[in-house]
Amino acid sequence: MQIDLAVKDISKTFDDFMAVDNVSFEVADGSFFSILGPSGCGKTTLLRMIAGLTEPTAGTIEIRGKSMLGIPPNKRPVNLIFQHLALFPMMNVGENIAFGLKRRGDSKAVINEKVATILERVDLIGFGDKKVDQLSGGQKQRVAIARCLVLEPAVLLLDEPLGALDLKLREQMKVELKKLQAKVGTTFVYITHDQSEALVMSDHVAVMNQGVFEQIDTPQNLYNSPDTPFVAQFVGDNNTWSGRIRQCDQKTAEIETTDGRVFRTQIRQQLQPGDEVDLFLRPEAMLIQPDAGLANLNRFEVIVKDLLFDGANSRLLAHPLDADTELLIALPQTHQYDYIQKNDKIEIGWDEQSGICFLRKENQD
Amino acid sequence: MLKGQKRWGLFFFLAPVVLWLFVMIVLPHIDLLIMSFRIENDEGQQIWSLKNYLNFFEEPIYWLTFARTAIYSILVTFLTFVIALPVAFYITKVVKPKYQGFLLVLLLLPFWVSELVRVYGWMILLRESGVINHFLLKAGLLKQPIEMLYRDSTMILGLVYTSMLFMVVPIISVLDSLDNSLIEAAYDLGANMWTILFKIIIPHATPGIVSGSIVVFMLTLGNYLTPNLMGGKNSLWFTEQIYNQFIASFNWNQGSAFGFLLLVLSSIVVWLGLKLTRQNLKKVVQ
Ligand SMILES: Nc1ncnc2c1ncn2[C@@H]1O[C@H](COP(=O)(O)OP(=O)(O)OP(=O)(O)O)[C@@H](O)[C@H]1O
Ligand SMILES: [Mg+2]
Repeated sequence: MQIDLAVKDISKTFDDFMAVDNVSFEVADGSFFSILGPSGCGKTTLLRMIAGLTEPTAGTIEIRGKSMLGIPPNKRPVNLIFQHLALFPMMNVGENIAFGLKRRGDSKAVINEKVATILERVDLIGFGDKKVDQLSGGQKQRVAIARCLVLEPAVLLLDEPLGALDLKLREQMKVELKKLQAKVGTTFVYITHDQSEALVMSDHVAVMNQGVFEQIDTPQNLYNSPDTPFVAQFVGDNNTWSGRIRQCDQKTAEIETTDGRVFRTQIRQQLQPGDEVDLFLRPEAMLIQPDAGLANLNRFEVIVKDLLFDGANSRLLAHPLDADTELLIALPQTHQYDYIQKNDKIEIGWDEQSGICFLRKENQD
Repeated sequence: MLKGQKRWGLFFFLAPVVLWLFVMIVLPHIDLLIMSFRIENDEGQQIWSLKNYLNFFEEPIYWLTFARTAIYSILVTFLTFVIALPVAFYITKVVKPKYQGFLLVLLLLPFWVSELVRVYGWMILLRESGVINHFLLKAGLLKQPIEMLYRDSTMILGLVYTSMLFMVVPIISVLDSLDNSLIEAAYDLGANMWTILFKIIIPHATPGIVSGSIVVFMLTLGNYLTPNLMGGKNSLWFTEQIYNQFIASFNWNQGSAFGFLLLVLSSIVVWLGLKLTRQNLKKVVQ
């Protein structure tokens, strides 16, 4: 498989603040790669370095095997969709899309044809003469994408392009964007702070925190086996316990939590008895009233504090009998659990294979 | 009822403005207009005539000066724009925000002194025994001091300098509202510096450029001091002709006619400018 974009050991410092710290990754031809991270972690800075708008302090960027060092943005085979789109208000939709083609010196006939084709592709047939401020948010979005796609870049960079849209439209554009990417086959590098966007659309996701990549993996792996506590917490919801290892072997450990419970869980890193650890558990890993015959379950009783109904994403808010740790428990909408009421006492169990356990770092709260 | 009250309120507030406009601007101009159509006959009586306007067309020195003034004013406006745009761009987009205020003050500073003092400043620099000649002689670049004053080019230099601020300030205010990411997006889509200038920056800045140009053009056209002092006898300005009629020849009728011709000229040029740039006065004045 051809590598479209290869970033090696890239860093950027502003004065003495490290915005991007030694980041490396590769993106394969035609794939959808996302960079997920909280606000201010350096995502935009990284993307701007790929586009050539910001000069890296160290490191190299290669696009289709060609080093981009010292090549200005207008000569790079990548295009950037800005956080706020940056459509040209002094031009109509057609002129916006034709802008890059004209700079390349394409003939008028070719330009007209390409603009018409791309407008059709993004479902904006007949919008060529409209002014930019006559468009809705979603339409502006598609014009911005069309303006870049028409140039057939090796890599399309997208800087939180859905951030300004309302929730409903965002859900819709998410699916559309993924479909569009599959249709045109252009390599997408997409940055976002919204984990659901990243998980839904991407082939691979990099989780970024304070200028560093914590993990690069498929969405499934990020969710199911996070490498670091940050990834575990940032991707998906969690129940968290702190505790200490009582005894352990290569694969499993027995943990005594601060609220006095003892759990058995799988471990994926070398731990010693006495180590302080954090234990993460997904809401859907908690089984409600598990079958008495199931082995290897950590079982305990909880009191239901509240029912949080949210369609397919409904939860129970509960706390253990003798502690006030708050727990989120997935509540499948299969009518099987309709009997559960507020203040009921129910049994909960979770499989020791679904626990995610990390050594607690002293410098991390 | 309420509507009637509102109208009276409006009238109450507008009355002083309207009165002021009428007394200070409309009345004198009507008087000037009437005067420009009258001449003194042999018996010393005022009679109606077109003679004042005919004089203008029959005497080449008059209409040549007039045309010169018009063309040079346009040239000065254009030169001011060419210099002001990069200055404004530098101040709004290149310099760090914390130095912006400082640079603006620097720009304003020369305008704290009167135009007369500023022009004398130039004269001290440029005259035959002036500072520049002194240094050029010292450096051995010149054998004889040269007279740099009293030429068209010096006069244009002075006029551009005097007009600078009135062009820079409106352009700064429009460029401030230009989103940097538009420039970057154009760069990213393959545009070079010149395309960005002509396709993004200038179209965005047009309202500011046009309002700056109107002010500069009118001020230049009506300027008396700078052409008189820096241009001398060699570079006549039409305002000097008007001055001569009123003060030297004491021919108020002729002077009024000239004044009106200048007013018509500036109106036509401004109107043409607005038409050419497809702007309207409302948008520009904002
Ligand atoms: N030109 C600059 N000068 C100084 N510091 C900067 C500059 N640009 C960005 N930074 C800093 O670098 C850090 C990363 O900024 P960046 O814009 O890359 O964040 P981001 O991940 O895109 O955040 P968001 O999700 O809010 O857009 C921030 O702390 C920011 O303050
Ligand atoms: Mg950003």
